[in-house]
Amino acid sequence: MEAETAVARAPTARKSNAIVTHKPRTDMATRAEREKARRIRDANQAYGRGKQINTKQIKDKKLRRNLKQLEAKYQNATLKAKDAEILLENTSGFLEAEGELERTYKVQQDDIVANVAVETAKKRFELKLDQLGPYLCDYSRNGRELLLGGRKGHVATMDWREGKLGCEIQLGETVRDVKWLHNNQFFAVAQKKYVYIYDRNGVEIHCLRKHSEVTHMEFLPYHFLLATMNTGGVLKYQDTSTGQIVAELPSRLGPPTSLTHNPYNAIIHAGHQNGTVTLWSPNSAEPLVKLLAHRGPVRGVAVDREGRYMVSAGQDARMAVWDIRMFKEVSTYSTYTPASSVAISDTGLTAVGWGTSTTIWKGLFDKNLAEQQRQSHPYMKWGREGKAVERVRWCPFEDVLGIGHDKGFSSIIVPGAGEANFDAFEANPFETAKQRQETEVKGLLNKLAPEMIALDPNFVGNVDLRSDAQRRAERDLDAKPVDVAEEIRNRARGKNGALKKYLRKQRKRNIIDEKRLRVDELWKEQQKKNDKKRKEVEEDLGPALSRFAKKE
Amino acid sequence: MKIKAISRSVSAIQPPGTDAVKQPRNLDSAVHPFERAREYKRALNAVKLERMHAAPFIAQLGRGHVDGVYSIAKDPNSLERFASGSGDGVVKVWDLASREEVWQASAHENIVKGLEWTRDRKLLTCAADRTIKLFDPYNPASGSAPISSWLGSGAFTSLSHHRSRNNFAASSSVISVYDLERHTAAPEVLRWPTSTDTITNVAFNHVETSVLASCSSDRGIVVYDLRTGAAVAKTVLTFACNRVAWSPMEAFNFAAASEDHNVYLFDMRKMGRALNVLKGHVAAVMDVEFSPTGEELVSASWDRTIRLWHRDRGHSRDMYHTKRMQRVLAAKWTPDARYILSGSDDGNVRLWRANASQRQGVKSTRQRQALEYNDALVKRYGHMPEINRIRRHRHMPKVVKKAAEIKNEELKSIKRREENERKHSSKQFQARKSEREKMVLAQEK
Repeated sequence: MEAETAVARAPTARKSNAIVTHKPRTDMATRAEREKARRIRDANQAYGRGKQINTKQIKDKKLRRNLKQLEAKYQNATLKAKDAEILLENTSGFLEAEGELERTYKVQQDDIVANVAVETAKKRFELKLDQLGPYLCDYSRNGRELLLGGRKGHVATMDWREGKLGCEIQLGETVRDVKWLHNNQFFAVAQKKYVYIYDRNGVEIHCLRKHSEVTHMEFLPYHFLLATMNTGGVLKYQDTSTGQIVAELPSRLGPPTSLTHNPYNAIIHAGHQNGTVTLWSPNSAEPLVKLLAHRGPVRGVAVDREGRYMVSAGQDARMAVWDIRMFKEVSTYSTYTPASSVAISDTGLTAVGWGTSTTIWKGLFDKNLAEQQRQSHPYMKWGREGKAVERVRWCPFEDVLGIGHDKGFSSIIVPGAGEANFDAFEANPFETAKQRQETEVKGLLNKLAPEMIALDPNFVGNVDLRSDAQRRAERDLDAKPVDVAEEIRNRARGKNGALKKYLRKQRKRNIIDEKRLRVDELWKEQQKKNDKKRKEVEEDLGPALSRFAKKE
Repeated sequence: MKIKAISRSVSAIQPPGTDAVKQPRNLDSAVHPFERAREYKRALNAVKLERMHAAPFIAQLGRGHVDGVYSIAKDPNSLERFASGSGDGVVKVWDLASREEVWQASAHENIVKGLEWTRDRKLLTCAADRTIKLFDPYNPASGSAPISSWLGSGAFTSLSHHRSRNNFAASSSVISVYDLERHTAAPEVLRWPTSTDTITNVAFNHVETSVLASCSSDRGIVVYDLRTGAAVAKTVLTFACNRVAWSPMEAFNFAAASEDHNVYLFDMRKMGRALNVLKGHVAAVMDVEFSPTGEELVSASWDRTIRLWHRDRGHSRDMYHTKRMQRVLAAKWTPDARYILSGSDDGNVRLWRANASQRQGVKSTRQRQALEYNDALVKRYGHMPEINRIRRHRHMPKVVKKAAEIKNEELKSIKRREENERKHSSKQFQARKSEREKMVLAQEK
């Protein structure tokens, strides 16, 4: 529905309340009505749940009433959510060109630092760590802490806003990936052989021996699942709250080249050497989707937070935007040299690290547009300083992009990247220890089962209609009898011997009814076929050997 | 170039000098992924919590009776006075607030079959010794001697008081309506012309106050009208009933506790078909009563359990039992619909919660909201098998479980036999009888 309405409204970008109308108004709606309609439309666009159910066509009175109430509730909630926007405290940042000649991508970090508040300017910093790089980075879920992992075994955490070092450990072996778990208390490091879990003081807590030679890790915070992929291409899910291995799924596509998860439905997206991106859930041994994204290894994948668009970058020096609701390519862009990492921010800014620079794109996709527009210029650029980018990551709830490279780590300010208004009950950048503990307990209580991971996360709670029909049929004695022929056909479907077994069983019943007669008929037919077959074999074998022909 | 970047200050979240931390919300759905799944999980937790907190049994009243408790009566003018009559003829009056006995008398020689409070807070008792006695428990000075008594022609089985008038009905083989104001007057007699069997129970309708219903051991349910002074209609069921109870809200509906393990809800205007059949007990139902709201019922059964029902659901909402509770012979709601009193063969009068997981007492707003939210969640996801399973799960005594299995098997076999018979006889051309009219044998007017 959003797509449809978006088409109608696309040309009238509504910054102010004035609407540019192309066709003269002919309807007789009063001003108040129009205002109300607009309010509902705005609310639906921001908080709506898609097309309403047409309750007029429902015949069942009770169901109709229930659904009507539900729809009314949804509508009410949408309007209230829209009204509650007035309570939001922050507005997101921006970087806007003021004249024809200004370009946002020409803005340097120094310009930004000079023009923002002192507190914000502090968020731009460089960590010079040129000994043990290249560096991987990861922000904790609330964006408060930063985890750095140098390829040569240097792992450090820090409260980056305060510039306070959390822990620093020298592992003395290769570090392939680092990942915060559900909060800032634990992190996982994929080392040379196994994955290790450390606490915030750098004390090794677990060694996950089931995960060997892991190259990529992802953490699903609502399911408490750590997903790893190793050089053998096996995707493993481990429940970090119970320690159970939930699934081991061999991809059979060799070592992966990138891994990410879709925050909307917790599906794992893995990029492979052959240019495909595969979508995994722990419930299926086969990938749910295989998508040929690039000609050459897929170097980076990222999914936007609403699970609508995926951006992938490949060795073929292309960056492609995909609509992962219909698995259609939206547009492609050149990255000049193969990209090393892609990340999408909460507001939809896409950072691509390639070579020694990072490009930030704005408007690669917009959920409210039916036709996605191709951008001619990036939003911002950074780099050309001889620092080979290893990984880019957006800091949640901040206008900050973290770039891990071979000379250390750079934190740059990208206005308009972060979600301005955090929800304290989801991830709170200012949480106290008490709040963190409470969130952890609540999170564990509400931990989602791995079975709930599917392409459509809203399947949970749906009625199983098929088994209901079956149950009804069993209950209803006055119902039409089943078609015998149909039933035999259905029962005998499947393996080779299924029909034979079924017939044999049915012939044991001593009740002669229509079904039994039909079964007998079939049985005779089969016997005849077998006889004929045997005779042919006997003829082939000749008179002397014919007695060895297999009898059925 | 216009530049602005997000900057938040800690002081905006936690103003200096305060403990209170702001917890800003953002209602954007993108910030709250997995809405359905998380809600479902919360519903699952809620239903588990509800089961965890289910503790229906509160206490027994005083030290109970020496013999089984056969009848319980509640004072309609009080929330806390209850009387119970036992098998050895002793009648005790209880105070619910203190759960203690306040008065007792040895009223009869044998089982106190009927108990009823009058509007002026006197207590009527009856038994098989052909007497009805009137006591004054609110006035302890009166001692345990009856104020007055009536001698009937046959053994009395039950009593029922008129809603407003000073009349009460007593059942023996006929129904005699006595006037409390005229002690010596002969009672008005109501009877079905052809019936001679013992009437096991009689009940005044408390909405349409002149109407009475009775059930008798000849399997009949008879409805009488005091205004005409005659029986109106009789319905014969397949099994006898032990108790009839009128709905306090709907004048024409009543429940009948049957010997065939079921409770039937009838509309007295349309007796050919039950409004609902409450199935679940595995032995005869001894007592049934509508809650004061008319929405729910409580039933006591010979199978040593008490079941709670919703008026329009077929299965019981809850089942109460304890290890020591024997055959339950009486169960009553308290007038505030929050508790249930039960009397059983082991002589104890037990007090139960009407809602096993609910707790009385003052709750904080947050707690109340959380409970309401949990209820809403369970309702919303009640159709899910997992939630339904947990919500319906009850620990059943082994005997009851086994009996239910056997009963189920037997019913199935009967059904199978009937179906086989249908297949090969002219019955196949008849429509099947619905479960709600199966038990009605005949209707007479």
